[in-house]
Amino acid sequence: MSNPIIDPKNLVYEKSKVLSDNTMHYCPGCSHGTAHRIIAEVIEEMDRQKETVGVAPVGCAVFIYNYLNVDFAEAAHGRAPALATAIKRLNPEKLVFTYQGDGDLAAIGTAETIHACNRGENIAIIFINNGIYGMTGGQMAPTTLEGMVSSTCPNGRDVAIHGHPLKITEMLALLEGTCYVTRQSVHTAASVRKTKRAVRKAFENSLQGKGTSIVEIVSTCNSGWKMTPHQANLWMEENMFPYYPLGDLKDK
Amino acid sequence: MAKIKGAVLVDTERCKGCDICVQACPYDVLALSKTFNTKGYAFSYMLHPDQCIGCASCGLVCPDGCIQVFKVKE
Repeated sequence: MSNPIIDPKNLVYEKSKVLSDNTMHYCPGCSHGTAHRIIAEVIEEMDRQKETVGVAPVGCAVFIYNYLNVDFAEAAHGRAPALATAIKRLNPEKLVFTYQGDGDLAAIGTAETIHACNRGENIAIIFINNGIYGMTGGQMAPTTLEGMVSSTCPNGRDVAIHGHPLKITEMLALLEGTCYVTRQSVHTAASVRKTKRAVRKAFENSLQGKGTSIVEIVSTCNSGWKMTPHQANLWMEENMFPYYPLGDLKDK
Repeated sequence: MAKIKGAVLVDTERCKGCDICVQACPYDVLALSKTFNTKGYAFSYMLHPDQCIGCASCGLVCPDGCIQVFKVKE
C-alpha cells in the first residue's frame, strides 16, 4: 500500500466483526445497511454476540440473518413481537430484539406490536420507517405521507380516500408497558451516533427488564421514492421530519 | 499543534457507489471513480487524500460497511 497512514496500528474505524462479510442485497444507499451496522456495533460493544436472538421481519430486511452474525428467528409477516415475546420469556437472560419495517410493524403487525408493547415485554423493537412498501415495489404504506407518490397512489396520498399517515410510535409511547420510545435517523454521521446511543439504551433496558423499548429509524427508500440516495436524504429531511419529528418520545 | 492526517481504505468490490460518503465528507476528500468494480458500480476513492483528517464520517454513514478509516498525529 503506497499510503503510509494506511496501517493497522492507525486504524480508527472499521465495520464491526458482528456484521458478516456477505455483500448486502439492499439497493445502493439503503438505510437498512446503516441500521444493520449500528446494531452490529452495539452488540459487539456490549459483548453479547453469543447471547443475542434477533427476530427478522418480512420485507427487505427478511435476509438480515445473512448479515448479522447472531442467532435469528424468522417470524410470519408482522408477528415478530409475538415471536420475540416467546423467545424472551423462555430465555430471559438473552438479549432479544425485533427488526421490522413499516409494512411489517405498522400494517399487518399492528395488533402484535401494540399488544406486545402493552404487556411490556422485555424486548427491543427496531422500527425502520421509510413510508413505503419497499420490497414489493413501492406501494402505499400506512406511514406514507399525505401527497406522497407511490406506485398505488400515483397522484399522491389523498387523506379523504386513504386516511392519515399512521404515527404508530406516538401511539406506542402512550402505553404503560413501553419504557423507552425514540425516533432517530441514519442519514448523517451525527444522526448515526445518536441512533447508536438509542439502540444501546434500548438493548440495555431490555436486559434490565424495564419493559419494551422502541427505536424508530426514519429512513429512505431511494429506489421506491425514485431518487438518488442523496436526493432521498434531502427529501426525507424536508418532508418526513416535519411529520415524524426526531427525538425521544418517552424515557422512563 | 500536532497536525492530524487521515486516510480511508474502501473495499471497492463491496462498495455500491451510493455517493453518501462523498456527500458526508466535510473536507471533500472522496469522489466516485470513473472506472467500475465487477458489479458495475463506480466506487468511492480518495480524490484529495491530503485533505483527510480521519474523522470517520464516511465510515459512519456507509450503508455497506466498506470503509476503513486510519488516523495519525504528526
